[in-house]
Amino acid sequence: MQKHVLSVLVENHSGVLSRVSGLFSRRGYNIDSLSVSETEHSDISRMTIVTEADEYTLEQVKKQLNKLVDVIKIVELKEHTAIYRELALIKVEADTRSRAEIIEIANIFRAHIVDVSKTSLIVEATGDQGKIKALTNMLEPYGVKEIIRTGLTALQRGESELK
Amino acid sequence: MKLSDVFVRCLVEENIDVIFGYPGAAVLAIYESLRTSSIHHVLVRQEQAAVHSASGYARTTGKVGVCIATSGPGATNLITGIATAYMDSIPMVIFTGQVKSSLIGRDVFQEVDITGATEPFIKHSYLIKKAQDFPRIVKEAFYIAQTGRPGPVLIDIPMDIQDEQIDYIYPKEINIRGYKPTVEGHMGQIKRVVKLLERSKKPLICVGGGVMLSHAEEELREFVAKSNIPAVHTLMGIGGLPTSSSYNMGMIGSHGFNHANWALKNADTILFMGARIADRAVANAGILNDNANIIHIDIDPAEIGKITSATIPLVGDIGSILREMLPLIKPMETATWQEEIVAKVKQKEEVHANGYINPKLVVRKLSEMLGEEAIIAADVGQNQFWTVRHMEMKGNRKLICSGGFGTMGYSLPSAIGAAIGNKEKQVVSILGDGSFQMSFFELGTLIQEGVAPVIILFNNSGLGMVRELQRRTELKEHGVGLKCNPDFAAIARAYGIAAKTITSPVEIEGAIQEALESHQPYFLEFIVSDKESTL
Repeated sequence: MQKHVLSVLVENHSGVLSRVSGLFSRRGYNIDSLSVSETEHSDISRMTIVTEADEYTLEQVKKQLNKLVDVIKIVELKEHTAIYRELALIKVEADTRSRAEIIEIANIFRAHIVDVSKTSLIVEATGDQGKIKALTNMLEPYGVKEIIRTGLTALQRGESELK
Repeated sequence: MKLSDVFVRCLVEENIDVIFGYPGAAVLAIYESLRTSSIHHVLVRQEQAAVHSASGYARTTGKVGVCIATSGPGATNLITGIATAYMDSIPMVIFTGQVKSSLIGRDVFQEVDITGATEPFIKHSYLIKKAQDFPRIVKEAFYIAQTGRPGPVLIDIPMDIQDEQIDYIYPKEINIRGYKPTVEGHMGQIKRVVKLLERSKKPLICVGGGVMLSHAEEELREFVAKSNIPAVHTLMGIGGLPTSSSYNMGMIGSHGFNHANWALKNADTILFMGARIADRAVANAGILNDNANIIHIDIDPAEIGKITSATIPLVGDIGSILREMLPLIKPMETATWQEEIVAKVKQKEEVHANGYINPKLVVRKLSEMLGEEAIIAADVGQNQFWTVRHMEMKGNRKLICSGGFGTMGYSLPSAIGAAIGNKEKQVVSILGDGSFQMSFFELGTLIQEGVAPVIILFNNSGLGMVRELQRRTELKEHGVGLKCNPDFAAIARAYGIAAKTITSPVEIEGAIQEALESHQPYFLEFIVSDKESTL
C-alpha cells in the first residue's frame, strides 16, 4: 500500500478534528500522521493527513471526508508537485567527547542544536521524512533518548492554491 | 427575544407544526415557549419513540421530522432512533438540552456529550456556544437534513443559552462552504447511461429508497413504461412501482424473491437508482454477473463504488436525472427478457397451520381490504417480511420499516407519527410479540393523541427470525422463546383500545373488517405457529 498526503481545508471550530479522526478510525482507515493549524483565514484550518491506502480505500477516504459538512476541500498532494516537511526534536546523549561529532552531523543535515546539557543535546531538524530518518539513523549510535516529530505538513509548489 | 422563543419562531419559519418530545430540566425554557406556541407537542413515553415517531411522520408527510429531549439520559435514549434514521436517510432535526455552558465537561448531573456520542451516525450536529448563532444554525440544520442525501441533524442547546436574549432575525440565505450537494446529473454521463442501456439485451433497474426520498415515483413509472426496462427493488425501494406493474419483478435480497435475485444475477446492465447495494440486498457484490455493466445513480457520491465499482457513476437527484433521461430513452425490446424472469417465479402455496393463523394470508387479506391511501408500518423480524412480501403496493400506499438498521420497536411509534401527520388516512402497524414488547408503552401516546391506527400483532411466542436462524443452522435454539408472554389484548384494553385475539382462520376477514371500519384504534392479535417460516 502506498502513502498518500491529503491536504484538507476544514472549518476552524471545535469538534472538527474529532469528526475527521473518528471517521478514519471507525471506517478502518490508517492515519500515519495528522497535523493541523489555522490558515491565512482565521475561520479555516488546514489538515495534512498522511494515510496508507490502496486506490479503492483512498477514494473512499476522500469521499467520506467530503461528506463531512465541516470539510471544505480536499486535495491529494503528490511528492513532485508539493513541498513535504516535518519538524523533529531529537534528544541525544552527548558528553564532552561526543558533542562535537553530533554538532557536525547536525550541520550536515542543516539541523540546529537548540538545547544543551552536561549529558545531552537537543537537535532540531526540518525536512521531508527521508531526511529526518537519515538524521536519526546517524544519531542513534550516540544514544537517542527521545524523539518528537510534528508529522508531515505540505504545500503545493508554484502558483496553485487550495482555496 | 428570549432564545427559547426564538426556537419556536424558527420552527414556525420552517413550517413545523408538530414536535415529538420528552421534557426534562435541561429543556424547561423551551417547553415554556412551546406551551404558548402553535406547535403541537407530542409527549412520547420514551425518547427513542420520539425519533421513530418523527421518522414515521417525515416519511409519510414529506416534511422534516422534529424531536426534542433533555440532556443526559434523555439525549442518549434518542441514539438508537437517530442511528435508525441515519441508515435510512430520513430528514430530521433533533434538539437536545445540555447542561449550563459553564459546567460542560465537569460531569455534572445529566451531562453527556451527545454531539460526540452521535457523531458516527448523524449527518451533522451542532453544540450551541453563542446564542446569537442559533437562528443561523437552525436554518442550516433544516437545510442539511432535507437536501442532498437526507438525514438526521442534531442541535444541542445548553440551558443558560435557552434563557439568553438575542436579536432575532431568521436568515434568508444559506451558504455552507463544505456542503454543496449535487442535484443535477452530469449531462454527458446521462447520455452515456442512455446509450449503454440501449445497447443492452437484458437491462434491469434496481429501485432503492432514494427514489422515495427524491419523491420520484412518477418519474420512475414513466421511465419504466417508456423504456420497457423491468425493475427489481430493495427493501427500501418498496413503493417505487406498484406491485401489479408488469415491469415490477419484486424484491431482491436475502429475504426477497428468487426470480428477482435471478434477474439481478442474469442482467447484462443494471441501473441502480438510489440503492446502496447493501449486503442484505445483494448478499455480496459477487451475486452480480461479473460481466454486467453497473450504472449507479445516487445523490451521495460516497455510495458509488463503495460496494461494487460502477461502469458509469452518476451523481445527482434521481427525480432530476430521470426527467433528463426520459426524453432521451427509446423503447427497448425486452419482452423475452421479461418472460425469462417471470418464468423463474416460484409460487408457494400458503395454508394455515393446524390450530394457528398463517400471517402471510392475514397480510394478503389485509392488503385486499385496505384502501389505496393506507400507510403500513412494519417492524423488524419475521413480521417485516411477512408484510413486505405479501402487502400489495397500489395507489398511494406507503410502507415504512427500519431497513438499514433493523431496529425492533420501530413500527408502533412510526405508525403513531404517520397517523399524526396523516389524520385522514388509515394507518396500520404490524409487529411481532418481540417488537411489541419493545414499544407497547407507546399505546399511551396513541390514546393521548387520539389517533386510530389498527395494530396487527403476530404472536408466535418468541423471536421468530432469530429462532429460525438458530434452527436452520447447526446452532441450538437459545434465548429466543417468549414463554411468559402476557395477554396482549388485555394490555391494549387496559389503554382503552378495542382488542381481539384471533385463533381461527375463519375469523380473519371479519376481524380486519371490524377493525378498519371502527375508525378507532383497534388491536388484533393473531396466534401464529412458532414453525411459521419467514419466506
